[in-house]
Amino acid sequence: MARKISMRQALNEALDQEMARDPTVFVMGEDIVGGMGGDGEKDAWGGVLGVTKGLYSKYGDRLLDTPLSESAYIGAAVGAAACGMRPVAELMFIDFMGVCFDEIFNQAAKFKYMFGGKAETPVVIRTMIGGGFRAAAQHSQVLTPLFTHIPGLKVVVPSNAYDAKGLLIQSIRDNDPVIFCEHKNLYGLEMDVPQESYAIPFGEANVVREGKHVTIVTYGMMVHRAMDAAAQLAKDKVECEVIDLRTLSPIDWDTVLESVENTGRLVCVDEAHPRCSIASDVSAKVSQEAFKALKAGIQMVTSPHTPVPFSPSLEDIYLPSADKIAGAVRKTMAN
Amino acid sequence: MSKNPFPLDKQGLLEAYRTMRTIREFEERVHNEFAKGDIPGFVHLYAGEEASGTGIMMHLNDRDRIASTHRGHGHCIAKGVDVKEMMGEIYGKAMGSCRGKGGSMHIADLSKGMMGANGILGAGAPLACGAALAAKFRGDGGVGISFVGDGASNQGMFLESLNLAAVWNLPAIFVVENNGYAESTSRDYAVAVDSYVDRAAGFGLPGVTVDGTDFFAVYEAAGEIIKRAREGGGPALLECKMIRFFGHFEGDQQTYRGKGEVEHIRANQDCIRLFADKVMDAGVIKKPELDVIDKEIARLIEDAVVAAKAAPLPTAKDLMTDVYVTY
Ligand SMILES: Cc1ncc(C[n+]2csc(CCOP(=O)(O)OP(=O)(O)O)c2C)c(N)n1
Repeated sequence: MARKISMRQALNEALDQEMARDPTVFVMGEDIVGGMGGDGEKDAWGGVLGVTKGLYSKYGDRLLDTPLSESAYIGAAVGAAACGMRPVAELMFIDFMGVCFDEIFNQAAKFKYMFGGKAETPVVIRTMIGGGFRAAAQHSQVLTPLFTHIPGLKVVVPSNAYDAKGLLIQSIRDNDPVIFCEHKNLYGLEMDVPQESYAIPFGEANVVREGKHVTIVTYGMMVHRAMDAAAQLAKDKVECEVIDLRTLSPIDWDTVLESVENTGRLVCVDEAHPRCSIASDVSAKVSQEAFKALKAGIQMVTSPHTPVPFSPSLEDIYLPSADKIAGAVRKTMAN
Repeated sequence: MSKNPFPLDKQGLLEAYRTMRTIREFEERVHNEFAKGDIPGFVHLYAGEEASGTGIMMHLNDRDRIASTHRGHGHCIAKGVDVKEMMGEIYGKAMGSCRGKGGSMHIADLSKGMMGANGILGAGAPLACGAALAAKFRGDGGVGISFVGDGASNQGMFLESLNLAAVWNLPAIFVVENNGYAESTSRDYAVAVDSYVDRAAGFGLPGVTVDGTDFFAVYEAAGEIIKRAREGGGPALLECKMIRFFGHFEGDQQTYRGKGEVEHIRANQDCIRLFADKVMDAGVIKKPELDVIDKEIARLIEDAVVAAKAAPLPTAKDLMTDVYVTY
């Protein structure tokens, strides 16, 4: 049975259902219960955004508030995963990854390969990405390309509540380490989500709008901007096909290439910086594999190559907008 | 005129009062303006903790460097950063101390020895080691001071910095501003030892704990530690036990706090009121002298808010400055 719930609720439901199903799943992070050791409510927060709210009353000790020590608790999650548990660790903002890079890049990501397949690290690191909150340079990054670059990691970025639930369930069941990236702007967004448990396989992109003139490839928050742009362009009889990648690693090349074969035009949209981004990655792959199908040069729409500015006036022009995406589409159409 | 029992002359006492009151007024005003929806972004207020930043910073000059936290407004003011520019920065205006690029969490002014508020917890400690190392190379007698909360004191980089400073005998000082909470998590839950002095000892550093609501306790302890560091005596840790008047960030409902906790501390442990009572009871300063300062500060903050609100926002041409771009 489906009902309208927010991405926040969908994520909570995924954690709840997986914790109920599998006793090796546990959840930890800073303030994910909230109120530990104080005189007020014990389950006061459920994480800074309330995603884990209420789970403590159901699962008690399987919810662990951590001291402010990311390298210790992310490392502990990796260690526990290697020993048969399925930890879901929340790292408040992806920007804080720098504090625990080693645990993710050199430990979690490498065990399976480096140990000749003799270890698995089924850890999920849930984290928040993205701009638009006036949160400045150290709390607004996307950084997904960085993780996509590392062999051994899976990178998942849901763009809506339905995908969030199915992809988080898949992430928890997956035997590889998963960086699960939630965009700050999407937590409140509601849609129909089935109550039953379901998993969305990795590496299956979602064609969120079909069209014959231009392919727009994107993920996360930018799916919504691309859809806005597509709606705008439809008024001028330009039909965009919008692809939501959903998982960046693994990535669904087949859907992307097939679409470009049909449209002959590609616009890649990424909230991350332009150099070595998902946009540049997709552009390179398409130039290599579908060069003959291209009728025009590939366009990229990204944030500029600068840290995220604080001031509202700067952040608004910093982030890729529907107008910028539409502009890029028009440019490819002019060729 | 009664005899002055304090470690500061009358002018110094008035200066301390002025700094603490400026921080309080600044923070109360930011709190109110934020509630009206006029201020963008994440804001963490220092109100209630004024005695700590002020008591320490009164020993410093522009050659001494501090590395602050996400709760940095008080440190900035005590270190001499321009209040109008700070307010402008919080509003995201081009006249702000960081030209609107940093916001509340990143206010900095290197000319004042203020190396920045910081959105990454614990990041200030190694930076302060660097400042201390630079001072040592130069032999200029400067010190590097970092601030962390009780929460951030659990970060690896903070603990590594204690060791580094001890190994290199750096003029580095680590101030733990222990307000009892890291966001919603209490210190008692998240810090395994009772005393930061024990922790410091584990790294070979002397440590001292003071009542951070007592300006004079902070002032005297900081004075000794800083003097020792300037003279080559090496690093130390100072724990200030203090109180946070507002939520972790603006908008925080604070349901993790006990009932009446905030009202109680505001009524009984307000560091500025405790300071004022002390200096007035000793007969060194009279109420009207403090009132004059209060009035001046009220005007200063009002002017800062008016100026910040009226100032222009940065424009597109400011987006790509201050960074190496080849794209
Ligand atoms: C590396 C890192 N981890 C987590 C956070 C999120 N965060 C910001 S403030 C805070 C709590 C800080 O507590 P404390 O150090 O005690 O300072 P206080 O806020 O009490 O002044 C947390 C968890 C962060 N900014 N940086």
